Amino acid sequence: MTTVEQDYLKVIVFQLADKEYAIPVSNVQGIEKLMHITRVPKTPNFVKGVINLRGVVTPLIDLRERFGIPASTNEDTTRIIIVTLEEMDVGFIVDSANDVLDIPVNAIEAQPEVVGSNEEDFISGVAKLENRLLILLHLDKVLNPVD
Amino acid sequence: MELNQYLEMFIEESKEHLQACSDNLLELEKNPTDLAIVNEIFRSAHTLKGMSATMGYEDLADLTHKMENVLDAIRNEKIRVNAEILDVVFESVDHLEEMVMDIAGGGDGKKDVSQTVAKLKRIESGEPIQQAANASETAAAESAASTAAPESALQLEYDDFEKTVLLQSTEQGFNAFEIAVTLSDSCLLKAARVYMVFDILEKNGDVVKSSPTVDRLEEEQFDQDFKVAIISQTDAEELRSKILKVSEVENVSITQISNDLFMQSAVVEPELPIVETATEEAISVIQPEVKKEDASQKTASAKHAASKTIRVSIERLDVLMNLFEELVIDRGRLQSIATEVNHSELNETVERMSRTMGDLQTIVLTMRMIPIETVFNRFPKMVRTLSRDLNKKINLEVIGAETELDRTVIDEIGDPLVHLIRNSVDHGIESPEVRRANGKPEEGNVTLRAYHSGNYVFIEIEDDGAGINRERVLKKAIAKGIVTKESALSLSDKQINELILASGFSTAEVISDISGRGVGLDVVKTTIESLGGNISIESTEGAGSTFSIQLPLTLSIISVMLVEIEQETYAIPLSSIIETSIIKNSDILNAHNQKVIDFRGKVVPLIFLDEIFNVPRTEAQNDEYHSVVIVRKGDKLAGLVVDTFIGQQEIVLKSLGNYLTNIFAISGATILGNGKVALIVDCNALMK
Repeated sequence: MTTVEQDYLKVIVFQLADKEYAIPVSNVQGIEKLMHITRVPKTPNFVKGVINLRGVVTPLIDLRERFGIPASTNEDTTRIIIVTLEEMDVGFIVDSANDVLDIPVNAIEAQPEVVGSNEEDFISGVAKLENRLLILLHLDKVLNPVD
Repeated sequence: MELNQYLEMFIEESKEHLQACSDNLLELEKNPTDLAIVNEIFRSAHTLKGMSATMGYEDLADLTHKMENVLDAIRNEKIRVNAEILDVVFESVDHLEEMVMDIAGGGDGKKDVSQTVAKLKRIESGEPIQQAANASETAAAESAASTAAPESALQLEYDDFEKTVLLQSTEQGFNAFEIAVTLSDSCLLKAARVYMVFDILEKNGDVVKSSPTVDRLEEEQFDQDFKVAIISQTDAEELRSKILKVSEVENVSITQISNDLFMQSAVVEPELPIVETATEEAISVIQPEVKKEDASQKTASAKHAASKTIRVSIERLDVLMNLFEELVIDRGRLQSIATEVNHSELNETVERMSRTMGDLQTIVLTMRMIPIETVFNRFPKMVRTLSRDLNKKINLEVIGAETELDRTVIDEIGDPLVHLIRNSVDHGIESPEVRRANGKPEEGNVTLRAYHSGNYVFIEIEDDGAGINRERVLKKAIAKGIVTKESALSLSDKQINELILASGFSTAEVISDISGRGVGLDVVKTTIESLGGNISIESTEGAGSTFSIQLPLTLSIISVMLVEIEQETYAIPLSSIIETSIIKNSDILNAHNQKVIDFRGKVVPLIFLDEIFNVPRTEAQNDEYHSVVIVRKGDKLAGLVVDTFIGQQEIVLKSLGNYLTNIFAISGATILGNGKVALIVDCNALMK
């Protein structure tokens, strides 16, 4: 029995190095340009510090460092994606973010075994769209709170 | 009917009406013939009845209805008001409050108040309520004593609320049991068995507490046994046999919870506030007076008619505050750009905008302020109950209830104040006999005063009781090791008085249910200090004591010293700073591998903030001079070494959010005028 309608998942797509990642829109508060970051001592390396987001002090995570990708210089396209999960607001520093897509739910497959990359734990699945491969993230694993 | 949307409103308004009832009942006690007050109470009860019935809370509506009947009879002069009747009405209001609290906590407001309802009915029909109630009291006492339960120590830990619930239930003739259930080893579906046991328990009474908690029980996170505390009218044996009927239950043991089991060193048994026996005393015995200023008294009754207020959710206020603060920063930038561009019309407009924003700022900051009355208004009743329990005569005076405080402070200040007032009543004010013997009037005075001064709010609790006994305090402090004999000699009277705020301290020979355990005052001190305030004590032996609390007007604005380390700006709270100083390299001495300086004769350790905070240095620092901020925690000093001082400023405290919790030596953040975030240093953490 085939149903004509498909379920779609609306996602924000961003780039890190040469890969594309996707986060469900329901978890995204906004996308900002890079602004002054205040360093916070005694936090893990991937926590770059905090920013002033319209009066609210918001922490920033550098996803490149979180995933173990070598750092790059900050380009014009670098953005901060403000992600919200269970009343925590955190910003992700990404190379660029400019797509909003509807992924058909049946295009999402479980994560393939990728050996030797730190990202493994953070991936919850992949979605194939035409010639693009979008990596879906496990937000709570990425955001594993700093102790 | 979809009533959930009205639930919040119902709870808010019920609380208001019940508070009005309590206040008016206290007034009525002083003026028993004033029928206008009776009318007020009647009106509140009537509205409450209507609201409860609409929302479907039948028990609430029923009790209110019975209360209303009594009040109606009073105002039609069919019954005359006396202490007995007032006590029953007070009791009813208490029950109503409990039911509303239950509803507010997500419950259904059901409560067995048949005893109170029976009393109300008897009043209505003009019968005396004493004997019948007394009979049920003794019956309950007998059954409690005769239940063949071992007087073993209770196994569950109860918090104050649960203790109160259990105590009250035993007073009303219910049984309170602690039941330990053991499931058989071979039991596979433990959660199912637990469910069945709970089902039986709930059909036979009310479960107060369980260990482990219900969630863990459902997830089968326990071995074979669990304990439950229950209030029930069924007796122990019956309960036991019912539970044993559930298969795979190996063993059931039931312990009766009686009041003495709650006492630690049971020397003083608190007088159970038995409403009936207390009514033997004439009305003239204890009359706490609540003197509010005349203006507020008149407006109190007019309040419900012309209440020009609106309820706003706190979240909205917070969002408003945040947006406003952003505006303030942008205004600053606009101002500096305007001076650069130097266009006269632009300058004028920016100036006007600044003035308007200044006014806006004052209003926004004060929007979160609430009169402290909301905290003070539960005290008259509390003092009344306490003074009756302790057989003392106490007059409570409340001054300055209209003083306003930030909402977050109000939420936190309630408990410390309760504790301080209980202290005054329990330890401060002497019993009437002692007072008479000392030539004091039999009635003790406790005054609660609140006022603004400068940037602070002061709250004072004054009593004309026995005062603090200097010798006893010193002796106890030395015995507990809080001070040494030598240092005790140099302590001023004030410092000695403040020893009682130390943890574990209590000179009360007798620990009562109300106080004396030595745990409360230091918690009071910590709470007040965490609000950015401080507490001080003045006392004269034989004449009385005054506890003064000083609190900052707004919680979120503090004065700091901004300092710079490399490119980073940090803020050090001014309240911790003693002095700033510039020292030479040669002033730094080495003591046990720790760099120290000699600061006015004291040896002060140096803490290099660039090291603590791992500040990335572009080049090695080889300065001849160092900027040092001397900070203090208690009587310990430390010198924080920074690069430069920027200056003093008032800043708005911002939290670091839920993600970054527990950062060492950082207590929060703030947003500077240039829009950047600066971290606030937690000096206390650095000096551990």
